[in-house]
Amino acid sequence: MNIAVCIKQVPDSDKVTIDRETNRLNRTGVPSVINPFDENAIELGLQLKDKYGGKVTVITMGPPQAEQALRDCIAVGADDAYLITDRKFAGADTWATSYTLSLAVQKAGNFDVVLFGKQAIDGDTAQVGPGVAYFMDIPVITYVKEAEKTDKGFKVKRVTEEGYQVWEVDGQAAFTVVKEANTMRLPSLKGKMRAKSATITTWGADDIGVEEEKIGLKGSPTIVRKVFSPPIKTNRETIQNEDPKQSVKELLGKLKERKLI
Amino acid sequence: MSNKEIWVFAEQREGVLSNATLELLSEGQILAKKSGYTLCAMLLSSDDTNLLQGLYNYGAKKVYSAVDKKLAFYQNDYYSKVISDLINENKPEIVLYGATSVGRSLAPTIAVMVYAGLTADCTELDFDTEQMLLLQTRPAFGGNIMATILCPNHRPQMSTVRPNVFKKTKLSENEKGEKVAVKVDLSKVKERMRLIEETIEEMDAVDLCEAEFIVSGGRGIGGPENFPKIQALAKELGAAVGASRATVDAGWIAHFHQVGQTGKTVCPKVYIACGISGAIQHLAGMQSSDFIVAINKDPQAPIFDVADIGVVGDLHEIVPELTSQIKALKK
Repeated sequence: MNIAVCIKQVPDSDKVTIDRETNRLNRTGVPSVINPFDENAIELGLQLKDKYGGKVTVITMGPPQAEQALRDCIAVGADDAYLITDRKFAGADTWATSYTLSLAVQKAGNFDVVLFGKQAIDGDTAQVGPGVAYFMDIPVITYVKEAEKTDKGFKVKRVTEEGYQVWEVDGQAAFTVVKEANTMRLPSLKGKMRAKSATITTWGADDIGVEEEKIGLKGSPTIVRKVFSPPIKTNRETIQNEDPKQSVKELLGKLKERKLI
Repeated sequence: MSNKEIWVFAEQREGVLSNATLELLSEGQILAKKSGYTLCAMLLSSDDTNLLQGLYNYGAKKVYSAVDKKLAFYQNDYYSKVISDLINENKPEIVLYGATSVGRSLAPTIAVMVYAGLTADCTELDFDTEQMLLLQTRPAFGGNIMATILCPNHRPQMSTVRPNVFKKTKLSENEKGEKVAVKVDLSKVKERMRLIEETIEEMDAVDLCEAEFIVSGGRGIGGPENFPKIQALAKELGAAVGASRATVDAGWIAHFHQVGQTGKTVCPKVYIACGISGAIQHLAGMQSSDFIVAINKDPQAPIFDVADIGVVGDLHEIVPELTSQIKALKK
């Protein structure tokens, strides 16, 4: 089975803090990681490979340093890696990203399945998976928890608000994968060695044959007008006593006052 | 009134309109007033008889109704074909979808099909009457930054909008509206995917997303042996039990309790955070709760920045005390 996994490198949200003065995120010195939801897509890809044989190819669009995220994928068992990077891609929204990535995936190989994490934790849009699938003209199933091969294609379990659905898909398909699907395996020593020396193929705009007006800021229908911090609660009340009984009494009093209990 | 239109995707499951749809129409009424545009709904179903009146009652003046056996439930290829054709033909200014498992899958496909801008998971919508543009505000980076997004040059301007954010406003029980019957021809769309089974799961405990009260435990509880203290308080309040990522990753409690960026987003009436420091990852999932109580021994903990009431103290003393005082209160 020829498997592609599209990933994104994101800042590690556990290590991001807020600057109390400016109410902005402190991103300097914050390590970048593989988007946590993409780990589940990678693991699903590796499990499919374990079961049916074949190859896992990881692809990311991002700045040059996103190469590290690809090497981390190789360390856990991915076979090939492609870095799609070009200054011209800067400012891409989900439309332009979907377009660009779809061309890269198609150039990288003829895949039976293209996997994505449910969403990326920095933008939280969940839009690129379905977008890429449309540009590739393949069916997409979102929020997939399990996938298996069938004669015609795949059978997958899709998580919904109330439970789950089982879908059959014919031919090539794209899936976005939920966290409940699995936990990504740890890198092996051999994997780590391979990750260090593996060749990462790097492609720019010219290599994948984009139409210039559809990439980067120019190709993006949406623009950000402003970014601001959500208002911090300023009317907070603090309860602090030696005696926990007293604290609880005050707390309950305040909750009752507001008719919350 | 201009002849420009605002569309709301009317999501129905088994012939029932989703709450998200009614919320969107209610917000759509406000946008329609500001913009002078006409509020419309687009409905895909296998039978619209019992659905139209509900849409009129929440403010839709016009309903584009596509009826076909193949449209009984969400199937991405069929739904995106019908909707993209409708958009191309009628050129609405704005199209809104609920940020549900259906809306967040369908809208991105339509956006690339019709080259529209799409803003995900908005929590605030407004209309700029000078530029005549939809202002779409959404949390990014797990809710720590808000961004207002515009779509200046492409139409329609599309958003998925988070459920439970807007209030439902019903105009009356017998509003009048116009139905536009949509001609559906799916004969050329190849059937590439089939739904073969659907299961609605019984939730055994109180569901986090629906709960009015949530009591959550973080690393400060010290170990899995102390989760029963949290559970006891939750039981006394009829609350759901939440947990921080740290406790789930440590294996102290099952993942479906996890609140936060990689867990669930919740908005209960009261959220009680016990021994949770307040990592961004956690705040992202709970800071839109109506009322937040934080119990933590570190007065500098970031959780206090989002709390309405902060209790500085040892949760191992306070939580059991709170449980017993509530129990006493009920007597």
